[in-house]
Amino acid sequence: MLFKPVVRRALGWAALIALIALALFGLWGAPPDGYQGDAQRLMYLHVPAAWIAYFAFAITAIASALWLWPRTRATVWDRVAGSSAELGVMFTALTLILGSLWGRPIWGAWWAWDARLVTTAVLFFLYLGYLALRRVPASPDARAKRSAIAALIAFADVPIVHFSVEWWRTLHQQASVFDPAHKTNITGVMAFTLWLGVLAFTLLYIYLLDRRYLLAALEDNFDARQLDQAIKERQAGAGTPGPAPVGQSESEIGR
Amino acid sequence: MTNVGYVLTGWLLTAVVLAGYWLRLTIRIRRAERLDDQS
Amino acid sequence: MAGKDLRIEARSRVTIRQIIPFGLITLVLFAFALDPDRGILRHVAPGLFWITILLALLLAISRAYSIESDNGATDSLRMSGLDPSGIFLGKAIAIAVELMLLEIVLAVGVVVLFNVSIASIGFLVLTALAATVGLAAIGTLYGVLASGLRVRETLVPVLLLPVVAPILLGATRAWEAAIDGSVSDGWPWIGILVVSAMLFTAIGMLGFGSLLEES
Repeated sequence: MLFKPVVRRALGWAALIALIALALFGLWGAPPDGYQGDAQRLMYLHVPAAWIAYFAFAITAIASALWLWPRTRATVWDRVAGSSAELGVMFTALTLILGSLWGRPIWGAWWAWDARLVTTAVLFFLYLGYLALRRVPASPDARAKRSAIAALIAFADVPIVHFSVEWWRTLHQQASVFDPAHKTNITGVMAFTLWLGVLAFTLLYIYLLDRRYLLAALEDNFDARQLDQAIKERQAGAGTPGPAPVGQSESEIGR
Repeated sequence: MTNVGYVLTGWLLTAVVLAGYWLRLTIRIRRAERLDDQS
Repeated sequence: MAGKDLRIEARSRVTIRQIIPFGLITLVLFAFALDPDRGILRHVAPGLFWITILLALLLAISRAYSIESDNGATDSLRMSGLDPSGIFLGKAIAIAVELMLLEIVLAVGVVVLFNVSIASIGFLVLTALAATVGLAAIGTLYGVLASGLRVRETLVPVLLLPVVAPILLGATRAWEAAIDGSVSDGWPWIGILVVSAMLFTAIGMLGFGSLLEES
């Protein structure tokens, strides 16, 4: 596990307080936007969610690389990669849904084929596939290796997707009623609320990452013990002594 | 408030998703810890 | 290595008997789905073509890796002492050749069935080459990644299709340019296809060996 219990609990509370503060400012404290009205309030969730999603996937890529590099290879990196990817997918899903909920009143449409949306959608599917790969039953090493390579391919693909989609959509730009709202100059309380959102989501991400990591470690240990059990039973049945059980060095989760 | 429906839906959905994820995680951790203690 | 896969292929004729008919029937189904009388088919022909190729790629990958795993030959392949990047290139080339064969047949199909006339055939071929190399490379890598897994056939599409989205995009746009004759619009797309092809080939050569160990 990543943090000492006292740190983890503090993180959790800090995240909760920040989120409550965000709700207060986002829904009440901040004024409605001049052009977008109250729909702006969705941005206080949508933008931080998007940033944290990208951040989470970057962590997955870094952790995957660290696992693949022989000198830094360690189980911790595989578990961080998997945990972070799951969080990333969740935040990406939120980003897409919140974006749709914002788009409907502002553009009149639930979806638009513009570069940012399309790239985010592809990102979502890239890592959904990654999560599917991780769920395939396999030895920890095999799983880690396959996942790490898949994660790096996905990560390397993102700039290609982004660039090609952007090129595609700028060529096909119809009269752009799509106010690049992400680039709206917001100041004062609105800017503060946005940064509050980023802070709250970051704290939440780190806290959830720690928890998800713990779960991954517990589940891996459980699987290892199941495997040892099965081996012992088979050996007992066959009456032959076998090699020492595999799982004993795995209890590194130190609580 | 303009577009109340969309704004509230968005915020509520976010709260539900995040809380739900945290809850599911916590439940799974407790279950796994119990299994761990049993062994 | 490529020779071996291609020879097995020539003898079993799966490509000819199954993958090519699959491609052709898919084109026909598009006509059922999209009503040929409204002139849509000609406009969307490049897109339909390349989507069909992607679907056929999934079949080709499945085939390439079942050749070994069905016969338990994966272990001997691993221990044969052949350089893994060589094995990778061999398998990728075999898939690429199958795809290109299919592309030729389907291109004729598109011209005939969807009433498409092509202004710049050279550009069309160039695009197809660049796209096919990229598709075959990344397909071969995901194939070995999933080989030996029972869920291989459903896992590979889920992993592969998002990754090749830019290739689909580039190939379609470049073909549109080739059909119009506005080749200058098409060059940036070829650029993307070439970059993808190089990136995927490099990743494939690097990663194939260690994935083969796990299969």
